Amino acid sequence: MPEIVQEVRSFVLENFLFDEGNGHFSNDDSFLDHGLVDSIGILSLVEFVRAKYGIEIEDEEIVPDNWDSVGRIAAFVLSKLGSEA
Amino acid sequence: MSAAFSSKVLEIDAEAHAQEIGQRIRSMVLHRLRRRGAVVGLSGGIDSSVTAALCARALGKDRVVGLFMPEDESSEDSLRLGRELTKALGITGVCEHIGPTLEALGCYRRRDEAIRKVIPEYGKGWKSKIVLPNLVDSSAYPLYSVVAQSPNGELRRVRLTPESYLGIVAATNFKQRTRKMLEYYHADRLHYAVAGTPNRLEYAQGFFVKNGDGAADFKPIAHLYKSQVFQLGKYLGVPDEILHRPPTTDTYSLEQSQEEFYFSLPLETMDLCLYAQNHGIAASDAASATGLSVKQIERVYAIMTSKLSSTEYLHLPPQLIENVDEVHAGIAR
Repeated sequence: MPEIVQEVRSFVLENFLFDEGNGHFSNDDSFLDHGLVDSIGILSLVEFVRAKYGIEIEDEEIVPDNWDSVGRIAAFVLSKLGSEA
Repeated sequence: MSAAFSSKVLEIDAEAHAQEIGQRIRSMVLHRLRRRGAVVGLSGGIDSSVTAALCARALGKDRVVGLFMPEDESSEDSLRLGRELTKALGITGVCEHIGPTLEALGCYRRRDEAIRKVIPEYGKGWKSKIVLPNLVDSSAYPLYSVVAQSPNGELRRVRLTPESYLGIVAATNFKQRTRKMLEYYHADRLHYAVAGTPNRLEYAQGFFVKNGDGAADFKPIAHLYKSQVFQLGKYLGVPDEILHRPPTTDTYSLEQSQEEFYFSLPLETMDLCLYAQNHGIAASDAASATGLSVKQIERVYAIMTSKLSSTEYLHLPPQLIENVDEVHAGIAR
């Protein structure tokens, strides 16, 4: 889990926070509340997770409950990896 | 007691508005822009028709040229209705087929290659469009999908990857940019200005291509809500068939309404929501006026706020390291 959190966090920092990436962004901060992720952003996140962890993601699974923070994405990935194992 | 919020707020005195806009068009085109007429790209839709009608009234019908710019995937209605409008207004119509130009640019080929990244068998004889889910009835993300129809009529809907989405949009944008290039060709040839045709909803929500249909020398209806454009259209004698034509982007090979691409709601509802949000109307009052639930109105407000910020890029002029004072002093005049 800590490794997945770190990988997702790095992707978010590199792709959505641009050069303002800093330690103040918490793993529980909502992307929606911070206006971080637009429609291209969410497609990019989904594609990153799909390619990185080799999991198939259904449209119905792409909801804020699973995708709205670094922590939620990591938990979602872990549960998918668990269910596919 | 103040009257309840309703679509009545969008009612205008069409005659007075046409008069006022006409004066402003004359002042902008003849004095500020120092051009002697206007070129308007005509899609056969209400916005470009009203823009052309306003220009013809303001500048004289001999000083307005309407351009029809069909391509291989345009609806046949676009050209027919465009011609009907130029006839009704008595302005010159010029037809430029942009299909061969788009072909040479690789517009269709590049677009199809981008679609094949998610639908490998996509090719000749297939049609497609990009769609969004209904964002008003659930807290879904605005996930773009491609809907493709095979030559035997089978429909498939596939979520896009960022690479395929951006590739499709980039290739499709050739259409709007090629049209704008021709509008400027004719404007330069005649020493005319180019009229942009967005209404307020499109302008505010970034429903245009930067340096494509977003480019213009003046935009005479950008401050008007869509239903106000309709009222002006009726007053100005825009042909009935154009007034009643369902809105379409006429950009994709499968027919796609504007609601489907952007708003998920009928335009008259979006119009009222935009007005309500701009005027700080409470979600509960907007809900009773539109027939939507408070929850739906809150989602619409949130979507519109996020669109306003995510499309800021489209409105931004080229960014400079420093102001070039000698130029900006002139522009601020």
